[in-house]
Amino acid sequence: MARPNRLSLTTVALASAVLVIVALALVFFVAPNDANQGFSQRIFYFHVSIAFTAYGCFAAGAWKALRYLWKHDPRADLESYVAIHQGVIFGTLVLLTGSIWAKISWGHWWLWGEDELVLFLVLYLFYCAYFMLRFSVDPGPQRANFSAVYALFGVVLIPVSFLAIRIARSFVHPEVFTLHGPNFGGWILVTYCVAQAALLVFAHALYRIELSGKRLDLRIRELRIA
Amino acid sequence: MIRARKLGKRFGEKRVLRDLDLDVARGAFTVVTGPNGSGKTTLLRLCAGLALPSEGELEVDVPRGAIGYLAHEPLVYRELTSLENLDLYGRLYRVPERRERIGMLLERFGLWDVRHDRVVSYSRGMTQRLALCRVLLHEPELLVLDEPYTALDTAGAELLDAQLAELRNERTVLVSTHDPDRVASLATARLALA
Amino acid sequence: MSYFADVGALARKDLLLELRARDTLPAMLLFVVATFVVFHFSLPAHSSQLAASGLLWVAILFTALLGLGRAFVPEREQRVLDGLVLAPCDRSAIWLAKSIATLAFLVAAEVVALPVFALFFHGLSGATVAGVVLADLGICAVGTFLGAMAVATRARDLLLPLLFLPLAIPIVVGGVGASVVSAPGRYLAFLGLYDLLFGLLCWATFEYVVTE
Repeated sequence: MARPNRLSLTTVALASAVLVIVALALVFFVAPNDANQGFSQRIFYFHVSIAFTAYGCFAAGAWKALRYLWKHDPRADLESYVAIHQGVIFGTLVLLTGSIWAKISWGHWWLWGEDELVLFLVLYLFYCAYFMLRFSVDPGPQRANFSAVYALFGVVLIPVSFLAIRIARSFVHPEVFTLHGPNFGGWILVTYCVAQAALLVFAHALYRIELSGKRLDLRIRELRIA
Repeated sequence: MIRARKLGKRFGEKRVLRDLDLDVARGAFTVVTGPNGSGKTTLLRLCAGLALPSEGELEVDVPRGAIGYLAHEPLVYRELTSLENLDLYGRLYRVPERRERIGMLLERFGLWDVRHDRVVSYSRGMTQRLALCRVLLHEPELLVLDEPYTALDTAGAELLDAQLAELRNERTVLVSTHDPDRVASLATARLALA
Repeated sequence: MSYFADVGALARKDLLLELRARDTLPAMLLFVVATFVVFHFSLPAHSSQLAASGLLWVAILFTALLGLGRAFVPEREQRVLDGLVLAPCDRSAIWLAKSIATLAFLVAAEVVALPVFALFFHGLSGATVAGVVLADLGICAVGTFLGAMAVATRARDLLLPLLFLPLAIPIVVGGVGASVVSAPGRYLAFLGLYDLLFGLLCWATFEYVVTE
């Protein structure tokens, strides 16, 4: 029995469609060209937004995990899993868009000097292992416990890795990149905010779709057993 | 002492227990029977607190430290001696006068002479006796025994008979067995799982 | 406090088991020395000293993994873990005791490995040793925790490195930094922070790893 949601799925999906279209329009037609990097810099609006959306998904996954362990909310396990799944999907996009940007701007498909990209790589490995863990255990309370605990580890790992990569700079790569720090004024800020909002809503829509699909799956299986 | 209403347990897609009601009063001696795969072990694990129900409710009014659970597996370290195993459990269960109690139990179950031998060298029957020592070590209020007569020879089985008879008056016992006639005289309640 | 008495009893048990079996520690020793020899052949002629220092940390990490994979095997056999979980002690004591025991083996292996490293490659600074000590705490805390999970899965030995390595990356950063940089204080402090944060997390959540 579904909890009554504040907004129906249709509303969310429509909102995300509208926002994404507006964002695309702003990114490609309205925002001014970057002085140094030209047109290619536009991918940045998406790259950064997707990155924060991914972090948001992982944080949501950890929050649901906490609810599962602490409040014994049985629905929270699936919600945590779907959130993290979304996070990994968006994480893949971060790595892809980051890589494309690196190739266009610097001529290399991968840049170890790009902190945020490296951070994502570490987290990506971590959350991929989440899936390996989950699929290596039969469904049940033990799997839910393991997943929840591991999700909590992930969320602690995010700031710790960030710090680690920062301090690793002094012995790993001396190069410093002047990246996504265009002057955040005027239309650039607006475009970024719209892109970010669009992606967050889009992610939420995907989350709701996947969640309802998985819940249906589960319900069917339960009916079959009973 | 134990109260279950519409208890159900599922492992993934397989449902092992369904809609089970159970009442075990303090001091009762309940015998659980049923064919293989009927869920006896699962029920006992639930009562011991090692698993959570998938449906329904289960109330066990006894704190963890007052439950003694005998599983299919002896739950002892094979590379340690019986003395070392019992000493570990004795410490974890905060058994008073640990050494004396361990000595008494080992003697009662005929393991005193092999107390310095590693469990890996024991026969299956001796290991089962050690498991019984482990269960009784902390004088639990509730005994949950999963097929305790497994692997015991005649002597061992008689020891267990005597022990159960002694406990029957002071403790609450929940036993699953393939041989209900053996404990028929002690039983105050029966539960047959389908 | 009875909590520490429990930890003590459990840690004693783990050390006793290893002393009887005598397989994990010798394997770790042999492995780490063999790894150093492999490193010698992996480092081209004009590699810096720093490269060797970096590789020391790789060696420590993988040697630790070797030991960690075995940590919960005795409990896995015949489900002895159930017996420990049934006891009235705090479940986190099981993790703490196992970590302490694993730490003891790792340190024992390093007591041999570090001098051998100094012999094969170059001397070790005090900061490196301090880094190793701090890193060991984190490795054992997190590794033991994950080992308890891994041992309960189907994939078992396959899974532990996958779960562990991403979490070990900050440890490597801290350790290599301490070994290589002239002002290692920052890195040692970072290792301490890692140990504190993840130690707390492990302690708080181990209960859920061994119960339903």
